[in-house]
Amino acid sequence: MPGPRPLGTTAPGPPTMVPKAMAPVVQFRAAVALAGRFPALAGVDLSLHTGEVVLVVGANGAGKTSLLRACAGLLPVTSGEAWILGVDLTADHTAVRRHVGLLGHAAPLYGELTAAENVRFAVRALGLPAAAGDRALERLGLVGRLRNTPAGRLSAGQRRRVALAALVARRPALWLLDEPHAGLDAASRSLLGDLIGEAVADGAAVLLSSHEPELAVPLSDRVVTMSGGRVTGTAEGGRRTPLAALPAVEPPPDQGTMGTWHVA
Amino acid sequence: MWREAALVAGKDLRIEARSRVGLWQVVPFAVLVLVLVAFAIGPDNASLRHAAPGIFWIAVLFSTVLTIQRSVAVESGEGTRDGLRLSGIDPAGIFLGKAAAVGLQLLVLQIVLWAGVTVLFNVRVHVVWLAVVASLVATIGLACAGVLYGALSAGLRVRDTLLPILVLPVLAPVLLAGSKAWQAALDGSSSSGAGWLRILIPFAVIYLVIGIVLYGPLQEAA
Repeated sequence: MPGPRPLGTTAPGPPTMVPKAMAPVVQFRAAVALAGRFPALAGVDLSLHTGEVVLVVGANGAGKTSLLRACAGLLPVTSGEAWILGVDLTADHTAVRRHVGLLGHAAPLYGELTAAENVRFAVRALGLPAAAGDRALERLGLVGRLRNTPAGRLSAGQRRRVALAALVARRPALWLLDEPHAGLDAASRSLLGDLIGEAVADGAAVLLSSHEPELAVPLSDRVVTMSGGRVTGTAEGGRRTPLAALPAVEPPPDQGTMGTWHVA
Repeated sequence: MWREAALVAGKDLRIEARSRVGLWQVVPFAVLVLVLVAFAIGPDNASLRHAAPGIFWIAVLFSTVLTIQRSVAVESGEGTRDGLRLSGIDPAGIFLGKAAAVGLQLLVLQIVLWAGVTVLFNVRVHVVWLAVVASLVATIGLACAGVLYGALSAGLRVRDTLLPILVLPVLAPVLLAGSKAWQAALDGSSSSGAGWLRILIPFAVIYLVIGIVLYGPLQEAA
């Protein structure tokens, strides 16, 4: 990849490590990643720029979660090109981790610690002040009793909000959201949209996967379709185009569980 | 790295304090080991006094396995292992923090066991510094080796049954040297006890260094 810029520092940086008009935040070319002997990613081509929101759709097993995990540096890319924030993942897939935020299927919380303690741990791990965690908890509505309740006693949706608070507090340059709407109530889903908007306005990039296109397409600039560990199609999202103005498209047969979604 | 180690140790100790697994399971288990082995040896006071150091360290060793299993289990929850890898904390800091948390729990346990041994076996430590130093150094070795092997077994479905098989033979030198050093401390023979420290100290240093270097790769492999 021509001219990628190394991060140059491992210290917590501003939310965007790669300014606009520089290297893309995500640049994958023919990227292959193995889960055991199985190719979880079988030659992915994808780029994502600062301030952009890209939605990944596809059937179960298409490689969406693997793509997000590869971007987070949790799944090593074994061949092809894979650059995240100027870091070559094929050379060192761990170096990028502190600069990305992954919201996976399971909230990474310790059940015995309170919501506030979990967020504070995530924040202090980066050397950020605890106040950043407190602000994020307030932003996510985790105040009063909820704030001091052990995470193990929270509902799935509340745990997801705590995980989101940790992500918001860490201000990553790249947000990786795997089924972010799952388990959230209507108000939290709306808040998630606001948070994504604020993050990209702040210079971050967002890559999300979803089986709920009616919620996720309006948040995205682009929609990429995955199948068999590859990107098989790209379409415009609804963030800049009103959803109603986009023609309804039936998903391909292997995406049958996704319902109808709108693309340009 | 030290700031991160303190962060991880504080987190693990807070979790243990809340779960009370150490208080209600590990400590009673260790005391049970003391009592049961004492039953097996019989009521002969001389035999009990002679066996006291070995029984003490066997109880510590078995309890170490339980404590390590807890330390691994804390990070095996859905999402938490990935969360720790994505936290930005240096793996060496994670290793040191987890080892410090395990070590502190083992030290508290040893204080309880020391009291138990004194009461049950009617023994008295004559060279206190030797017993204390032996305990401190052995605890560092136990915690470092245990956390390292805990990371090795972390990703395995059979980790709970595999960990004792992996770790107990590795910890055998601590059992031997710790028992001998404590025997010397009971007998008042500081010179012979100091010789056993020469086994405990390299053991602790080697596993401390290996852990700092290898914990990251092991974490990735698991």
